[in-house]
Amino acid sequence: MSEASLLIEAPPEGGQNRRGFVLHTLRHRPAAVIGATILVLVALGAILAQWIAPYPLHQQVGPVFAHPSWHHLLGLDDGGIDMVTLLMWGARVSLVVGFAATLVSMAIGGAVGVLAGYFGGWVDTVLMRITDYFLVLPDVPLMIVVAAIWGPSLFHIIIVIGILLWTSTARVIRAQVKSVRERVYVKRARALGAGHTRIVFTHVLPQVAPLLIANTVLTVAVAIFDETALSFLGLGDPSTTSLGKVIENAFQRAAISAGAWWAIVWPGVLVTLIILGCSLVGGALEDALNPRLRVAHLGARTFRLRPLVGRGQDAL
Amino acid sequence: MSVDATVLEVEDLVVRYPIHRGLVGAVTRQPRRQVHAVEGVSLSLQKGEMLALVGESGCGKTTTAQAVLRLVDPVAGAIRFDGRDLVPLGSRDLRPVRRRIQVVYQDPYESLDPRFRVKAVVEEPLLIHGLGGSKAERMERVRDALARVELSPPELFLERFPHELSGGQRQRVAIAAALALEPDVLVADEPVSMLDVSVRAGVLNVLDGLRRNGLAILMITHDLSTAARFAQRIAVMYLGRIVEEGPAAAVVRNPQHPYTKALLSVVPRRDPRDRQRPQILQGETPDAVFIPSGCRFHPRCPVAIERCSIEDPALARPASAEDGHRAACLLLPARS
Repeated sequence: MSEASLLIEAPPEGGQNRRGFVLHTLRHRPAAVIGATILVLVALGAILAQWIAPYPLHQQVGPVFAHPSWHHLLGLDDGGIDMVTLLMWGARVSLVVGFAATLVSMAIGGAVGVLAGYFGGWVDTVLMRITDYFLVLPDVPLMIVVAAIWGPSLFHIIIVIGILLWTSTARVIRAQVKSVRERVYVKRARALGAGHTRIVFTHVLPQVAPLLIANTVLTVAVAIFDETALSFLGLGDPSTTSLGKVIENAFQRAAISAGAWWAIVWPGVLVTLIILGCSLVGGALEDALNPRLRVAHLGARTFRLRPLVGRGQDAL
Repeated sequence: MSVDATVLEVEDLVVRYPIHRGLVGAVTRQPRRQVHAVEGVSLSLQKGEMLALVGESGCGKTTTAQAVLRLVDPVAGAIRFDGRDLVPLGSRDLRPVRRRIQVVYQDPYESLDPRFRVKAVVEEPLLIHGLGGSKAERMERVRDALARVELSPPELFLERFPHELSGGQRQRVAIAAALALEPDVLVADEPVSMLDVSVRAGVLNVLDGLRRNGLAILMITHDLSTAARFAQRIAVMYLGRIVEEGPAAAVVRNPQHPYTKALLSVVPRRDPRDRQRPQILQGETPDAVFIPSGCRFHPRCPVAIERCSIEDPALARPASAEDGHRAACLLLPARS
């Protein structure tokens, strides 16, 4: 064992221990539990919108911009549609876009990271320079341009966000793969005659998968935010109701001058909550699963001195 | 032993690692430097024999092993396995050879994938080479391999993860995984140096038993007493060269090269009357980037003369040694 690894907590090995570690982290980090609760509630509302939404989505149920009341807890929008109903359906679209775009970016980022880290050399150099280009591109202007050219559709939005968000994933995964590929058991597999595909899928990928998952949750937040921004700018799919679209509609129909703050504030609050939930959960997962952050001096969120392995609590 | 029994032969192996000079170095035209890890090493290994490659850290013994396993590319030389040179072979042609040359690494904590159960570790080589037929047949071979390394009953270990095993048990699992393919040659890179002293003997006895059954073992170690006890022949390496080579008993009882003598003088002895004054070598092993001229041991040699810094001695049989015992030193009168 190297000197540095003596300073970190005994690394979790094997499936059961790691699962225990995640549960332990969630239990000892109330922020993560709050985040998870928010996400679960929002997801439930979105998934069950069809059955539990109080009113139909496309039906005027009262006067335009009606104040919040007992019948309509969050008020009505510019078309007289119930805001609670709108938020449920909007969250559904936003979550779908968020997760689908994240899936795209994880596939690209994971593949680039694994290839660059595993093969090294010129493959690494080329892929990381490409990553650098994507990293310095200003995301939102480029998304606007691409969405404008391709035309507004949910699928295009997903692809555009997906191909712009993979850079940080690629870098994190690459760093971890670089360390895993130097492990003796990877060398041993090579001496055994195992091919690259086999080594990547049986030895490397399972080791970086937890990191990929933590990264996914963090990326979902960004994807949802980007989708909201694009929809608000009028580049979203006009036939669907995402949270950004709800805000845009209200904004276009002069909700502000009409004093109907609820038509803009509630969807904004919901987007904020979703992003907050993702960040809290993702941050905690990353702390728990990224071995680099487990070294005390690197873990900004968890800074504390830790006892050296094998010595008592009073060693440090 | 007859010449036919030779399974592995290394001839004039040279391995160098380039040092990156960086952009500034390239622009200012600094010379390209290299680490001369292995410089002209020749070895031969026979069926049922354990050859111990002994030397200090950084003398090139692990690089030699890596070259034999074809994990690093030699600059020059030949590695003949069953009479066939492995150096020019590509990865596709190497696959059948890899099955027959297996390796056990130094660190049993690092060399097993922490997420693999014991049965998966031992089964993996079979899957890679598509051997063992059905799942049940493979499991039979896994059990068999575990029994051969004295992990019995195998059922007790099959479902365990590496972190549930002791260091000695892990190393036995690693050996079992190497044995699953029924190799002809086993390269053991310091197989016991990371283990507790109390379990070393057990692991070494396992290796010794395998050797008796015909396995050829290339053991890399820095522990001369282990080599003396278990190996049939010993090759002493210094700075990428073999400086002395011969039957284990001869090398230990009648060392010829001053470096071997120095190494042996610091091995603890049981009998106090037998103790010699430890001969501590001056200085450190020179950087393998800047190899000394002449005999590469001369800057640290207690008996060096001026000629040693000019002339590079070759391995030869000294007059005072028995057959098959060779050393590379100018001061040893060669047998005429």
